[in-house]
Amino acid sequence: MTAAAPLLRLEGISKRYGGVRALEGADLVIEAGRVHAILGENGAGKSTLIKVISGVVAPDEGTMLLDGREVRFADPAAANAAGIVCIFQELSLIPDLTVADNIIASNPPTRLGMIDRTAQRRLAEDALRRAGGGDIDPRVPVKDLPLSRRQIVEIAKALARKPRLLILDEATSALTATDVETVLAVIRRLRSEGVALMYISHRMHEIAALADDCTVFRNGRKIATYAAGSKTDEQVVELMIGREYHNVFPPKPGPRTESGVAVLEVRNLSWAPRLRDVSLTARAGEIVGLGGLDGQGQRELMLALFGVLRGTAGEILIDGEKVSINSPRQAKSDRIGMALIPEDRKTEGLMLPMSVRDNLSFAALSEVSRLGVIDSARERRKVDEMIALLSIKTAGTGVPAGSLSGGNQQKIVIAKWLMRQPRVILLNDPTRGIDVGTKQEIYQLLRKLADEGAAILFYSTDYDELIGCCDRVLVMYDGTVRRTLAGAEITEHALISSALNLTGEEAGRGSRTVP
Amino acid sequence: MSWRYWFSDNRGTLLAVAIFLAMFVLYIANHPAGFTANVVQTAANKGVLLALVAIAQTFVVLTAGIDLSVGMILVMTSCLASHILAGTPLMTGLGVAGVLGAGMLAGALNGLIVIFGRLQPIVATIATGAIFFGIALILRPTPGASPELNWDLADMMMGKVANTVPMSLVVLAALVLFVWIPFRRSVIGRATYAVGSSEIAAYMSGMPIRRAKFTAYVMSGLFAAMGGLYLTFFTYSGEASLSNGNTYTLYSIAAVVLGGVSLFGGRGSAIGAIFGALAFRSIGDLLFVFDLDPLLQPLFQGVVLMIAVSIGSARLFQVRNRLEFFS
Repeated sequence: MTAAAPLLRLEGISKRYGGVRALEGADLVIEAGRVHAILGENGAGKSTLIKVISGVVAPDEGTMLLDGREVRFADPAAANAAGIVCIFQELSLIPDLTVADNIIASNPPTRLGMIDRTAQRRLAEDALRRAGGGDIDPRVPVKDLPLSRRQIVEIAKALARKPRLLILDEATSALTATDVETVLAVIRRLRSEGVALMYISHRMHEIAALADDCTVFRNGRKIATYAAGSKTDEQVVELMIGREYHNVFPPKPGPRTESGVAVLEVRNLSWAPRLRDVSLTARAGEIVGLGGLDGQGQRELMLALFGVLRGTAGEILIDGEKVSINSPRQAKSDRIGMALIPEDRKTEGLMLPMSVRDNLSFAALSEVSRLGVIDSARERRKVDEMIALLSIKTAGTGVPAGSLSGGNQQKIVIAKWLMRQPRVILLNDPTRGIDVGTKQEIYQLLRKLADEGAAILFYSTDYDELIGCCDRVLVMYDGTVRRTLAGAEITEHALISSALNLTGEEAGRGSRTVP
Repeated sequence: MSWRYWFSDNRGTLLAVAIFLAMFVLYIANHPAGFTANVVQTAANKGVLLALVAIAQTFVVLTAGIDLSVGMILVMTSCLASHILAGTPLMTGLGVAGVLGAGMLAGALNGLIVIFGRLQPIVATIATGAIFFGIALILRPTPGASPELNWDLADMMMGKVANTVPMSLVVLAALVLFVWIPFRRSVIGRATYAVGSSEIAAYMSGMPIRRAKFTAYVMSGLFAAMGGLYLTFFTYSGEASLSNGNTYTLYSIAAVVLGGVSLFGGRGSAIGAIFGALAFRSIGDLLFVFDLDPLLQPLFQGVVLMIAVSIGSARLFQVRNRLEFFS
């Protein structure tokens, strides 16, 4: 390592969580003044890599060299001090503090030991302007901002720290097309100022427009590093997914007759301002995908159907009959027979400290009890049945649910609802953070449930899942269904362009049509 | 535009001020003597003690914790004060420093246990509260005071400035001006709010979260000790009273809630807590001017607290996503 030591060099970085290898002997070189794109599926090790670099987790093995000198970061503050700043996917903003307080969180300007709020506001305004958020009032509490504006605040916060290496982890996923253009312009300017950038995104066209170098990760290993533009999209996808990819999804039954029974029908469902006139039908045996960028109302739609939201307008029909659903308890009743696999299994799906058995029977207690007393023989029988059906790997039914791996936890969340044999199954991004093998099992299970007559509404942020699993995909944009894709129409190109609400071939050009 | 943010930011505090003003006006209007310096002085002296303990509680509650030992720190430091607030002005001054130091030490102990022992604040402070009460019993097995207790200081602190403004209010105002506001505007003060609002985000933002929590507990101990000083000024003695300790702990939580400080952390201010405490104290006075049975005081305190808290959570009627009920 002579005169031109790279800004950051990783050598043989490994990290395990319990038995799971999140990162295995990763090497990486990051140069100043270049944009380095990191590609890979969910669970490929990208997040772990970022967490190691930014001081959130310590690696088990390997070394990290900054300017050729070995470094170890005890916490994110230490990484920040060394000039490494990360814009995390889960936002790191403090909801009760104002925008200015958040942007200048760690070292605000002080006068006589007190924060100089005028100077701070000026700094914050400056950072906001540079991040393309000049319209945001720095005095507003962050919790009053919509998600896409918060993302801009997050970027402004990173810029205010004068980073030498800026890591953007899906930083554009919640943004509208115009905001994306702004952010890309910010990145280009930083690059010309000599900042090193790591860019993590699943949007191929953004990477094509930005990156100088690309590195592909798969299953915790670095697969390849290459100069941007030296490989075709197909080659890149092949690197990302490996070979056996096309067998992951079970075969689809092919186009159905439009006359199938509509188990679930939704007419003009609204919940201002997040849902606007959503109409859809899901027939028995059908897997209907919900696509679109994150935060376009997909979650609200599921919550509205499941009776969580108050003050919704519109009609919900089950088997052609109008129903009103005002609580999850009503939603799961025999008459409606709905089940929701929530977004966050750790808080909304499971009671982590309680046993696998308890967790499995929570939703189906009426099925396994008589006169309010739980029939433990029957409970045990049903629980064992479910564990076998989903091949849940657990040391027993008495162990806490929290001790299982993420994939097996998610299987419990699904199994808990299957014990009631629901007719309408809502899934809110169920495979996030789950290993490929378990994903495959979940896909097959969904198809099996559909074949047995369930109607399935499946929201996913993973385009491949929508393409591989769904009979139809409803692409949502700004609170409404913008486009319906069926059968062979479901392609990545169609999904992306309708997700960005673009018409024709202008995807990524930022010509946002007014909704 | 600017006042709107200020208003929404200080809604809880303003509500507490309004509740207090309403009650105090009602009290003065019905008081036989009316709005005189003596009436205000009596009211202020009764209120200042709870106000100090409520400020102490505020610091910890802002970090999304709760301090069940504040009442016991108050009792312990009061017992200590009854021994060492004695002799020459210099000796008395050292005594004051000693009492405040003891309170900060007690707060520091709480902080260290919560931060490094990773115990939940509620459990940690139940235990340390018992310890502090034990120390109080050792200091004052029976109620009493040093024969050389500095009565002049006590009388001054309970008296009036220029024969009009009660000293205790001047002290409270000075504490707000020279301790609370600088804290609120300091880096560490902001980190305290951040920790209470979202500890993970604060950590990820590289904020000094340990230092913020530690400071909050030390400040809590300091203000509880000021309460202890005032208790001794008030009674010219010290007493290891279990019921005093428990009452002040519970009332401090009531005052904080009444003052618009969120028990979930990250929202509220010591100023709100002060008015919450004064309002809570006014309930007894109201019973007095309306000639009601003092036995009814706990009942009315409960009713007022219930109503005030209900006003504060009226916004729940506007919740449109039922999941927000649980967050």
